[in-house]
Amino acid sequence: MEKLSFRLTATRSAGGTRAQAIVGVVASGNLEVLLERASPADTCTIDIATAAHGFGAVWDAVVRDFVARRSAGGLRISINDGGARPDTVALRLAQGIRKIEEPER
Amino acid sequence: MTALAANDVSLSWYEASARQRIDALVDAGSFAEFIGPEMREISPHLAIFDLPEQFDDGIVIGRGRLDGSPVLVAAQEGRFMGGAFGEVHGAKLTGILRAARALKQDMVILFDTGGVRLQEANAGELAIAEIMRAVVEARRAGVNVVGLIGGRAGCYGGGSLIAGTCSRLIISEQGRLSVSGPEVIETNKGIEEFDSRDRALVWRTMGGKHRYLFGGADIFVDDEVLAFRQAAIDALKVRRRWDPAVLKAEQKRLERRLQRFGEAKDAVEIWQTLGLDAPTEIPALPTDAFLRAAGKRENADDAR
Amino acid sequence: MTRDEILASLFPNSSEIDVTGAMIAGQATLPDGKPIHVLGITQGQNLGVDEAIVLAGHVIEIIKSEDTSPILVLVDSASQRMSRRDELLGLSEYLSHLAKALLLAEAEGHRTVGLLYGGSAAGAFIATALATGTLVALPDAHPAVMDLPSMARVTKLPIEVLKAKAEATPVFAPGLDNMVRTGGIHIVWDETAPLASQLAAVLARPAGQDDRARLGAERGGRLKAAEIADRVVALATASHQGAQHG
Repeated sequence: MEKLSFRLTATRSAGGTRAQAIVGVVASGNLEVLLERASPADTCTIDIATAAHGFGAVWDAVVRDFVARRSAGGLRISINDGGARPDTVALRLAQGIRKIEEPER
Repeated sequence: MTALAANDVSLSWYEASARQRIDALVDAGSFAEFIGPEMREISPHLAIFDLPEQFDDGIVIGRGRLDGSPVLVAAQEGRFMGGAFGEVHGAKLTGILRAARALKQDMVILFDTGGVRLQEANAGELAIAEIMRAVVEARRAGVNVVGLIGGRAGCYGGGSLIAGTCSRLIISEQGRLSVSGPEVIETNKGIEEFDSRDRALVWRTMGGKHRYLFGGADIFVDDEVLAFRQAAIDALKVRRRWDPAVLKAEQKRLERRLQRFGEAKDAVEIWQTLGLDAPTEIPALPTDAFLRAAGKRENADDAR
Repeated sequence: MTRDEILASLFPNSSEIDVTGAMIAGQATLPDGKPIHVLGITQGQNLGVDEAIVLAGHVIEIIKSEDTSPILVLVDSASQRMSRRDELLGLSEYLSHLAKALLLAEAEGHRTVGLLYGGSAAGAFIATALATGTLVALPDAHPAVMDLPSMARVTKLPIEVLKAKAEATPVFAPGLDNMVRTGGIHIVWDETAPLASQLAAVLARPAGQDDRARLGAERGGRLKAAEIADRVVALATASHQGAQHG
């Protein structure tokens, strides 16, 4: 497994009140994304454990794009990756934001 | 409070994730998870094999309400390591079954498993044994333990033995219930014994219709989350005792099955012996027609 | 030790045990004069629907009888029978039924002791030895979930790599020592001493709760299972009380 960590400045903080959300499963070509409200409001941290080695530059691009475009401030994001493609990663990250912003029942 | 309102979205049980199944199964908003992913109780053994971990180790456990009644729930994620039982995965199920007994609360298990996780085979095997004992002790204390089978990994290996200890089993056509999987039989006995690529053979030998027809499962449902929910509600309405009389009835039931069908070479022969009309048509029948045709099935009503 | 040597060492006074192929069933007398039921699957037999229903039938007869004598289950088996016929007939129900019979016997007051003296694997191991209240073994026993060559095929790892990993952890590789360290086997008997007194010592232990996970933690082979299961019970109990008061 290869471990990667990012700590990025976010211009917008995540909405909603849920403490955490999880999307996806760890399988070949898939990943799970756990989001928790645990960072300062202007920061998003992302920790990744991936089965695919040597894709640090791709992850760097995907997570920077995600933090720039979505309201990810205040989140600690943890990823277990079974070798997903970048578009799947971007999709799961977006689903994760939607889920943590859902109104609580 | 709208606890009785279930999720009304139509969704395939087979395609859904463990978390989606629980969301659709229990009353909306009623689920509370124990040792959730944020606790990061991952398997301590997968790193030895440099394999990816999952924060919940492939099983979601907690409490919720089903048609207003409290229920404990466990759901396996068949896409992570084939839903296989490892040390943590198994201990979560053992723990919640022991809680079911202590709290006298009914339990539903959403099976989706290939059996024991080979990378932690000894821990997984012992977990199966501990789970079976916990199911039996809960049932002896008067608790219903209902198993739901219809996931993509099926219910194989040790999972199928746990299923056999449940008070009721709900199954869909897609649900496969068997100890050895098709590939395992083929590998050990040869392709003449079992051609694992013959999907029709796999379904009619291990699939939900066959299991339902001779009493291997109790309730047959569509591959639909709300069908599973309704069946679980119905199954929990009847209090199922478990004592020597039930065990003795099961002995008679299983002896009779060997006498009636022990020489059969194929499921179609068994369906013919059962007296079903047009047994060769069974695999193609939609649920309504199948349930009508299944009138002469064997059941396990007081013998499980 | 062979089956007959084991039986002679266990029951020097008397035993009346029927042998039907690989299946055995009967009664013997303990040194203190009390009776004990003896059942078993021997000769490395596969456990299929036909064998499981016979063994379960014996256990049910014992449960129905009025006595509360202990039951000794001798095990030297292969795995469950991997055949089309057995699966067609619902093997999982038969194996579960046998396990349930043994578990119910223990709950109804019969001490159940498994004695693993040869092999046993996978579903056969679960349905027999692992369904007894206390499992003991002789030094030659060799339990397995799956043999290493098959494991190598499924995990796509070279067998040398698996063997190297097995040096570091008892958690996956076959063998008696690993099953002891993970808590599945209570004790390994000394085959140079009389087995009768060793059986008496096991029977003197009070019947109790499933302590295999705790043994696994104490022996360092399975560190998390007991703690996780206990924590789930505590969380469910607290949550239950919260729901009742909330």
